[in-house]
Amino acid sequence: MDYTVIWFILIVVLFTGFFFLEGFDYGVGTLMPFISKRDDERTAIIRTIGPVWDGNEVWMITAGGALFAAFPHVYATMFSAFYLALFLMLVALILRGVAFEFRAHTPCACGRQAWDAAICFGSAVPAFLWGVAVTDLLAGLPIGANMAYQGTFFDLLTPYSVLGGLTFLFVFGYHGAAFLTLRLKDAGLILRVQSLGLRMAACGTFAFVLWAVYTYQATTLFQSPLAAVLLAGAGLFFVMSGLSFSIAKGKASFMLTSLSIVCTTVAVFAGLFPRLMVSSLNPAWSLTIANASSSPYTLSIMTVAALVLVPIVLIYQGWCWYIFRKRVGIGDEEKH
Amino acid sequence: MEALLLSRWQFAITTIYHFLFVPLTLGLSIWVALLETCSVTTKRPHWRDTSRQLVRFFGTLFLINFALGVVTGIVQEFHFGMNWSEYARFMGDIFGAPLALEALTAFFLESTFLGIWMFGWDKLSPKLHCACIWIVALGSNLSAFWILVANSFMQHPVGYVIRNGRAEMDNFFALVTNPYVVGEYSHALCAGLSTTGILILAVSAWKYLHDEASRAAFATTLKAGAIFLAVGVLGVMGSGHMHTQYLAQANPMKLSSMEALWETEDPAPFAIVADINQAAQKNDFEITVPGVFSFMLYNKPTGEVKGINAVNREYEQKYGGGDYRPDVCGLFWTFRIMVASGGLMLLAALITGFLAWTNRLKLFPIWLKVLPFLLPLPFLANTSGWFVAEAGRQPWIVVGLQKTAAAVSPNLTGLDVWVTLIGFTLIYLVLIVIALRLACRHIRQTTVTYDLEGRDA
Repeated sequence: MDYTVIWFILIVVLFTGFFFLEGFDYGVGTLMPFISKRDDERTAIIRTIGPVWDGNEVWMITAGGALFAAFPHVYATMFSAFYLALFLMLVALILRGVAFEFRAHTPCACGRQAWDAAICFGSAVPAFLWGVAVTDLLAGLPIGANMAYQGTFFDLLTPYSVLGGLTFLFVFGYHGAAFLTLRLKDAGLILRVQSLGLRMAACGTFAFVLWAVYTYQATTLFQSPLAAVLLAGAGLFFVMSGLSFSIAKGKASFMLTSLSIVCTTVAVFAGLFPRLMVSSLNPAWSLTIANASSSPYTLSIMTVAALVLVPIVLIYQGWCWYIFRKRVGIGDEEKH
Repeated sequence: MEALLLSRWQFAITTIYHFLFVPLTLGLSIWVALLETCSVTTKRPHWRDTSRQLVRFFGTLFLINFALGVVTGIVQEFHFGMNWSEYARFMGDIFGAPLALEALTAFFLESTFLGIWMFGWDKLSPKLHCACIWIVALGSNLSAFWILVANSFMQHPVGYVIRNGRAEMDNFFALVTNPYVVGEYSHALCAGLSTTGILILAVSAWKYLHDEASRAAFATTLKAGAIFLAVGVLGVMGSGHMHTQYLAQANPMKLSSMEALWETEDPAPFAIVADINQAAQKNDFEITVPGVFSFMLYNKPTGEVKGINAVNREYEQKYGGGDYRPDVCGLFWTFRIMVASGGLMLLAALITGFLAWTNRLKLFPIWLKVLPFLLPLPFLANTSGWFVAEAGRQPWIVVGLQKTAAAVSPNLTGLDVWVTLIGFTLIYLVLIVIALRLACRHIRQTTVTYDLEGRDA
């Protein structure tokens, strides 16, 4: 297989891992203030992702680094095109990252509530912006012959892309709720998560279907049979997940929503293939795995590195999950 | 043009800010790992208990610092594409690889094992728990290696060919064994140890003076911290000296700018102070010591050192007409600030070490009062050092291959960058104030007991 195809697949793997893992982190962070007003309950909710959120975020950083290494033109065009959007995302990620840590060292109640708000903002904004970004990638952007972005920040925000953002926000919110029902111990808390999760599932289904219809209208995604099947599958899995969630089947609903996120991610990339960024000005100006990639030599080195290292990462991240497999109870503070 | 200038400011501000935390992550991870190793290996019960408390004490400082290091690091990764897209296009084939490898080998390692370490106190055996913090230390120090491989390429490109209108990698091995990276990496690691060493001394001195209950424990960390600092500072000086000698062949323009040597001389003098006139390309006034510059480079009092103007003439022949001189005044003085800070830090290590190891701390409380005020020194030295390294390669973004002016993203407007520049600066200012307050509160309120009576029980 051509190295550029291998790297296209690896990029898909990294983004899939990122959306699956950070998806529930973002969801947990977004829902946290709405599930409970009590500090000890919020602490328990945060502790369900406490040991893992940073490792999960590295999936995004690695996806960015891999884009840089394998498809430098895509990295260059995408990051400069999304300039102000990425600034917003960085602000959100900065606030969220420090909030997780600083919250634990802040004694006063108002300070802790401010960090909780930062966690909520810092989780919801990236979830929304990734939805916008993915939708923009599907719809195409004004990219010129020199591969540079020719639009402005407001060209990124169309009704279609905002719908995509809302879809991601709801789907991740629901994904987080499904995750929480598996990770929390307290029955009363789980009940509240369930009622909130159901609303997320309903909004998510509505938004997802609208988004899929819009995608059918506005993009060429459905011309790829694989992408069409996967996207339909994703919708189906999401609905099934919501249904099993309503009868309190926690494991099944989490697995189904995970599957739905994986299918959606793969569908998006399958619909783009062999393009990575679509030019709305001229199809010939799109960035593809052929015209945007690194040299075969660099790709060969990076292929070896990725094929050796990614399984190792999976093993120790799996071990981390194994260590923290027990449900988290309220007031389960560390015994130092 | 405005976007270019503002992007440079933004990169400078965010990088300097990021590098306030990086050296502490590098050094503190090792320090905490050493303390935890003490607690799992010692046979003395009281020291076991105290070293465990010290792990928590310094571990909390490490975590506050680490959080800021991580979130400001993401900004740097995104910057190469956001503000410097033409750089990413021209250099991505080479520069992307170490960045991706940094994420794959180091970021996953440190973030995952730090999570396990933070939350795994009662879930892992003490030895396994200790192993986790060593892995965090390894990951952090490994990430420094990869990013310095990338930076070394910008300073001294190797293992590449120019093909298809861009720089393409043709030898990965040459890239990671770039002689430039040896100097940069050893210098940065030792700077991490030094920065941490000063932090240990400053905090311990304060606790020794102001917290009676913790005095015995922090008398111990004053002893250990002095050694930690001395190792770091000696390493910084040794690697810095070695790297400067190497600069004579690798980047004479930067070297001579650091010393404000405008014309080629043999033997070359060392300027202690100079009134630099960049426009006239000479020093209006200087106090020099003859032969010392040559001696520092070649270990003998003679030897030709190329002047800035001579190197500029070479560059003009090679790359076409133009001014290839960096900001000589800035380089000259930041280099001196760095060296002077390093010297003071070595002095601090020696004095503290002497007083602590001969049990004279009580006799000289004035020295303990001075120590906390030395805390800015390593940060001043680190920042100056990076100024020398990065301003010293201007006007190039990659020496000899691409100019900084050609690297900026073409789609950015001045307004775009104003928004982000002001935004990042404000957030960073607020966060550092909060972080310092949390850290100070933790230092003030956390007691570390050490039962000296039961010391040898």
